[in-house]
Amino acid sequence: MSNTIQYTVDQDGIAILTIDLPGKSMNVLTPELMTDLETLVDRAVTDEAVKGLCIASSKKTFIAGADIKDMVTAYDRGMTHKQAFEFSYGLNRTLRKMETCGKPVAAAINGLALGGGLEVCLACHYRVLADDPRAVLGFPEVNIGLLPGAGGTQRTPRLIGFREAATMILQCRNQKPEQALKLGLVHELAPADQVVERARRWLLEEGDPVAPWDKKGFKIPGGGLMHPGTVQTFIMGNSLLAKNTKHNYPGPIAAQSAIFEGCNTSFDQGLKIESEYFGSLLAGPVARNMMRSLFVNKGKADKLARRPEGVEKSKVSKLGILGAGMMGAGIAYVSARAGMRVILLDTSQENAERGKAYSEGLLKKAIERGRSTEEKATALLGLIKPTTDYADLEDCDLIIEAVFESQQLKADVTAKTEAVVPESCIFASNTSTLPITGLAEASKRPEQFIGLHFFSPVDKMPLVEIILGKKTNDEAIARSLDYIQQIRKTPIVVNDSRGFYTSRVFSTFTGEGISMLAEGVKPALIENAAKMASMPVGPLAVTDEVTLELAYKIGKETTAAMGLEYPADPASEVIQEMVVDLDRKGKRFGKGFYAYPADAKKHLWAGLAEHFPQAEEQPGVEELIKRLLYIQALETTRCLEEGVLTHPEDGDIGSIFGWGFPAWSGGTLSLVDTVGIQEFVSECDRMAEAYGERFKASDWLRERAAQNQSFY
Amino acid sequence: MTEAYIYDHVRSPRGRGKAGGGLNAITPLNLSTQILAALRDRNELDTSLVDDVIFGCVTPVGEQGANVARIAAINANYAQTVPGKQINRFCASGLEAINSAASQIMAGQSDAAIGGGVECMSRIPMGSDGGAMAIDPQVAYNSYFVPQGIGADLIATLHGFSREDVDAYAVASQHRAARAWENGYFSKSVVPIRDHIGEVVLDHDETIRADASLESLAGLNPVFTMLGEQAGFDDVAIQRYPEVEAINHVHTAGNSSGIVDGSAAFLIGHAEAGEKMGLKPRARIRSFASIGSDPTIMLTGPAPASYKALKIAGMSTSDIDLFELNEAFASVVLLYMSLLDIPHDKINVNGGAIAMGHPLGATGAIVLGTVLDEIERRDLSTALVTLCVGGGMGTATIIERV
Repeated sequence: MSNTIQYTVDQDGIAILTIDLPGKSMNVLTPELMTDLETLVDRAVTDEAVKGLCIASSKKTFIAGADIKDMVTAYDRGMTHKQAFEFSYGLNRTLRKMETCGKPVAAAINGLALGGGLEVCLACHYRVLADDPRAVLGFPEVNIGLLPGAGGTQRTPRLIGFREAATMILQCRNQKPEQALKLGLVHELAPADQVVERARRWLLEEGDPVAPWDKKGFKIPGGGLMHPGTVQTFIMGNSLLAKNTKHNYPGPIAAQSAIFEGCNTSFDQGLKIESEYFGSLLAGPVARNMMRSLFVNKGKADKLARRPEGVEKSKVSKLGILGAGMMGAGIAYVSARAGMRVILLDTSQENAERGKAYSEGLLKKAIERGRSTEEKATALLGLIKPTTDYADLEDCDLIIEAVFESQQLKADVTAKTEAVVPESCIFASNTSTLPITGLAEASKRPEQFIGLHFFSPVDKMPLVEIILGKKTNDEAIARSLDYIQQIRKTPIVVNDSRGFYTSRVFSTFTGEGISMLAEGVKPALIENAAKMASMPVGPLAVTDEVTLELAYKIGKETTAAMGLEYPADPASEVIQEMVVDLDRKGKRFGKGFYAYPADAKKHLWAGLAEHFPQAEEQPGVEELIKRLLYIQALETTRCLEEGVLTHPEDGDIGSIFGWGFPAWSGGTLSLVDTVGIQEFVSECDRMAEAYGERFKASDWLRERAAQNQSFY
Repeated sequence: MTEAYIYDHVRSPRGRGKAGGGLNAITPLNLSTQILAALRDRNELDTSLVDDVIFGCVTPVGEQGANVARIAAINANYAQTVPGKQINRFCASGLEAINSAASQIMAGQSDAAIGGGVECMSRIPMGSDGGAMAIDPQVAYNSYFVPQGIGADLIATLHGFSREDVDAYAVASQHRAARAWENGYFSKSVVPIRDHIGEVVLDHDETIRADASLESLAGLNPVFTMLGEQAGFDDVAIQRYPEVEAINHVHTAGNSSGIVDGSAAFLIGHAEAGEKMGLKPRARIRSFASIGSDPTIMLTGPAPASYKALKIAGMSTSDIDLFELNEAFASVVLLYMSLLDIPHDKINVNGGAIAMGHPLGATGAIVLGTVLDEIERRDLSTALVTLCVGGGMGTATIIERV
């Protein structure tokens, strides 16, 4: 037995099991903790002096969830379904033993209890929750490709009914204390420092040691599986699951099935069914991908894993933003929200004010939705100063330039800014296309010049892509990372190249979709293939959003820079025809691949069939899905080969959080690992033959494949 | 192989399938009993010659549950030697019951049998029997389940049937049904249903709208838009048919089959049994078939089922004088007509379920009866009857007058 739980028996005969993981700021559910719990429950049960058990925590949180350290490696270790089943079933056995031990068990939940932490609580006969808005209860498992595998899918519906249980488990919706009480997840609320006392009182005064589902005549609240309301919950729920997951995420359907199948049988059989489904998930690649990228690696990035050592921790107090357009305005908002003073500079006061008005608009909405208050909004707006005067930039720690994509203009504002800011100031460009090294030439201090590529809309998109110019130094990197942490976004760090990492790879997605159109694939099939891959938007729709005109401009610039003639490929030919011949430049212009009627939903332009004749025989959607995903993965491997990316983690996180590459895959490089690098290269070869050289794998990748060397 | 002959058939009128409908006060058992009694009485049938009563019923729960066929036979005072079984091929159950009866005879294991069906939708609502198809997460998810109406709208979308197209078909169904009733085309087979003191409660199909027009139908809202868009079913259907950009919801209460109560029964037997019963055969059952098709779109089974039945009979579509396809949804019939190249004046010539309703377990028997009466009236020879079936199936039967 290890030392994760302190055990005492008080004068009234209540055994207090206080969970206190040594050396950790939060309690997490570990195998050691479960072993200790089982041992101590046994001790309390056999001790005749003990009348009841109270499970408590010595940390601010109760239990933050299961430790995924072991789980994330399960797939790579070749864990079988049976072993993965045992992993979950062991937890279920331990908790079920506690639940049926014959003595009453109460949970004194002093702080948040998530996932496995909540499941421990649900296996207790009584729950007192801290009356503190931070003390939320919830099941985050489905978000990382798993399901609650310690009784959550069985106890929750039996406690609060199918509909609410499904909402909590499938939509990972956390419940605040008042809501948890209302739903019946907990029995009472109390101040955090009194939860143990209340739990003790219940144990002494009531102390019923039988769970509701172990009582004779138990019925699921809200009606059993044949109840019309329950039937509707499942019919609609099944459909929405299929809609939302596109059949790519096995977690939600497994959870839904465990609830459905497990609640029409005995409680113990239900636990076994749950563990079977859990096993099928843990032993599969999607859970590995999601845990690794969304949780472990994102967590590391948020903790600034890429921060160079030896640079003192910094903080931006005053930020200067050049250009109050869409991007500048968004950056101003997120920075002011993080408490920085922001100078928002534009060529006219009117433009600058309009940039600030963007924050006002967002705050107004937040207040309407109860997410902010007038006082907070006023304070935040007070931090943003719209101006036209460069002198206002004095004392800035960081400048973010967000003016039009013109080298000349950027050079001009760089010079004007450097004339007033302190020498220590970092200068960042929010360009999405122009190489940083080139822009840095206009700077007096190119080693302090860096790229900070934000995504639109800035307040919603979680990623910032940091681009290093040839001369960018460690201090600039470290301080930029510190800033990104301040505004609570996730950074990746890449080296300079045309389009950097994210724009470069994303353009292969749109390019591939447009190539399909040129080949005669039906446009709806192209768009649906992307959606069925779990890309957020189809390639034609997103090209309309960013405008065909921009795609045309960038295409021309890129080919010119590479010394090629435009249009150089079938996709560019389509873009040229759309922009030049057909004058359909994108959504902003009211027409593009889609038509945008004033009084109806947008729809694919009927004229596409005439200008891009459709082939008699259409390809299968699976092939299109493969093309759309593999071309992005392949381009990412090129970025890694060329050193644009230095860490595969950046590639994966950047793809998921930057442009919505499907999370089930774990990101562009994890996709290659999931497929298997040899299979990936051989499929790329086949597609190079069928669709063009762009699918050709490099010698570097071939060499990796020959050695079967994965990216992780 | 022994030939199976149709000796007679009767059906109830179809009553509006809700509280206050013409048959709402009649229990499913009572309704089936009156139909079995009518078939016996008008043929002076010695029921001890009947080897089986097979009834289709799609929602066999509650008062309609637990083998309505046997219970109705007892209740109708059939000889106690007559067994009964209830079957469920969803919407084709009534026809499948006849096919089942015929196969027992063809196989030489029965001499005479009754096939038919019952559904009192006003008393036992559709879906009351649950079932895994839509509810069990594994089944619904892995089979890309969508409700039938979404499948009907998907057919319209894929084949370019507009709202006007389906409404025009529905108007024709109403007008044909009204004309058929006016001219007494159904009077040979429809038996009035009576209450406990012997008064007639319903003697005609209750839902026909003789005055239906394109204008009146145009005002109805599509039924499946909400379900498709908000419950995610459109998206699920498109995952199966990704060439579709968006589903065009064209089906309304006006161009889909009505919810009604009804029952019907056929007397089938081989030639020798007919002689014993003292009855003259009206038609021979040439062939029948059931098939499975894509369960998501669900309603495309009739064409492959028809081809299969034609092949078994050694016939082609040109050998068929009249067709009858259950009007579950207008698009189902439009698709069938275009696939088999059937002119509108050879199919559903006396209207169908859009006008007169679709009592799920009985409809297959009702439509077979309708077309048999019609080929007799027109002095034609052959007919093919088919239905689209839930879960992606189709059932078809070919008959020939003798």
